[in-house]
Amino acid sequence: MTTMPASADTHTYPYYPGCSADGVGRGFAGSLHAVFERLGFPLVDLVDWNCCGATAWPSVDDSQALALGARNLALAERARPGSEPVDLVASCAGCYRALLRSAEALARGPTRSRLAGALEAVGLAVEGRARPRHPVDVLVNDVGLDRIRAAVVRPLTGVRVVSYYGCQLVRPLSTFDDEHDPVSMDRLVEAIGAEPVDWPLKTRCCGGSCYCGGPVIGAMPEATMQLSYLLLREASRRGADVIATVCPLCQFNLEGFQDQMARRFGHPLDVPVAFLTQLIGIALGIDDRRLGLHRLLRWRPLPIRTVEPEAAGHARR
Amino acid sequence: MAVGASVAEGLPSATEGRGGSWPGVSVAPTFVDELILEVGEEAGRLLGCLQCGTCSSACPLAAYMDLTPRRLIGLVRAGAREAVLGSRAPWVCASCYACTMVCPKRIPITEIMHGLRRISMRERTFPRRFPTPVMSREFVSMVARNGRSTESLISLKLYLKTDPLLLVRNARTALRLLRQGRLKLRPARIRGRRELRTLLDAATG
Repeated sequence: MTTMPASADTHTYPYYPGCSADGVGRGFAGSLHAVFERLGFPLVDLVDWNCCGATAWPSVDDSQALALGARNLALAERARPGSEPVDLVASCAGCYRALLRSAEALARGPTRSRLAGALEAVGLAVEGRARPRHPVDVLVNDVGLDRIRAAVVRPLTGVRVVSYYGCQLVRPLSTFDDEHDPVSMDRLVEAIGAEPVDWPLKTRCCGGSCYCGGPVIGAMPEATMQLSYLLLREASRRGADVIATVCPLCQFNLEGFQDQMARRFGHPLDVPVAFLTQLIGIALGIDDRRLGLHRLLRWRPLPIRTVEPEAAGHARR
Repeated sequence: MAVGASVAEGLPSATEGRGGSWPGVSVAPTFVDELILEVGEEAGRLLGCLQCGTCSSACPLAAYMDLTPRRLIGLVRAGAREAVLGSRAPWVCASCYACTMVCPKRIPITEIMHGLRRISMRERTFPRRFPTPVMSREFVSMVARNGRSTESLISLKLYLKTDPLLLVRNARTALRLLRQGRLKLRPARIRGRRELRTLLDAATG
């Protein structure tokens, strides 16, 4: 089981936004901050963090790729002196994977000394206290579903949510959920009163992977569109009102090219794709702008079913 | 780009893989050792590959590869160094780790794909005019300079260097992103750029 955040008095987490947080993933970082703050676990941005290297850097030089993550882990430890573990929250699945790889390399003999030496050259060190955590993991296992349920002021009753976990959230080094059939997101969807829709493509690659949607659409338009289309079609077929994502690249990849896919495959597509934290934020009564709903390219108000007052208490369960 | 065309183009002919003889294929028996050095001890598990093809069936992009993951691993073990390093399969890989998760022999296939990318990048055998090697290089040089990546500028460079027509094709999506405040045009930079440079140099050194 996971432990509570490092400094127990404040319950804050150091946060690694990743490069997309300022670009296509803007609605994610904003809603994440708002939701964690409302739940009493504010996120504090890591100072002067650097890019994780994605999968582009391991394609060129792996020692350097691991060093990039090591610097971020070292910065997180420096920001939280002491002997407690430091949970570094990383919201992009690609960053999360890259940081986990660095943490693993720092824990193992062959790569450890080289990385430690590189860090030492710039006056940094890693004791091994820093642990990359994904916000879905933190919400389910640290914050807890009970606390989230109790904070819901506007349950998303009747809203059918398909959770798309994406490929790199639950593998290869991530351990908080099952790598083939994860459930954490669905449990969160349930906690905010919505209806989780089961489907077989939870972790099937969307084609965006570690390159942002633009470049992959650019690199292999046919392949990317096929992969995304498969997901969007299945979600529509199962009557999803919205697809929930937790990675800026998946979100953009699924949201941004639906018209092109509809033309290409001759089948209309119109499925809103939001960040799960935006849906949680709506249920917690957080302002739409703060959640960045206006930044989505394909958004419409959720079909929240109004319930009779006596039934409302039941729906909150 | 039609699916069929993309698969057929540049494929080391299928008969080459099935037949007993390997015309024009040079064999390097030490290729597996080289890969172990590049990727780590775990890569050696490929010697126990069953050629079951579970990796290829799990791979969402196998249809777009000139060599499927199963064939690629088989060719590595056979020492067909040139065929493997000239393949674009590692550059088509989306790093989704589906193959790695299902492999009954726990072969770290995705990591091997990355290792093959590195060797082909060093030896400049990577497929010409294929976008992902260009993308990786542009990404690395931008982050080495600024400490962060800026999506818009990387896409722009990639389009200019591979297929400028894509600029037109993706212009509408880009404009919509810009309007929603999701496309930054100014390069993001960290303060510790010099520190990062030193760190990267020390890491390879």
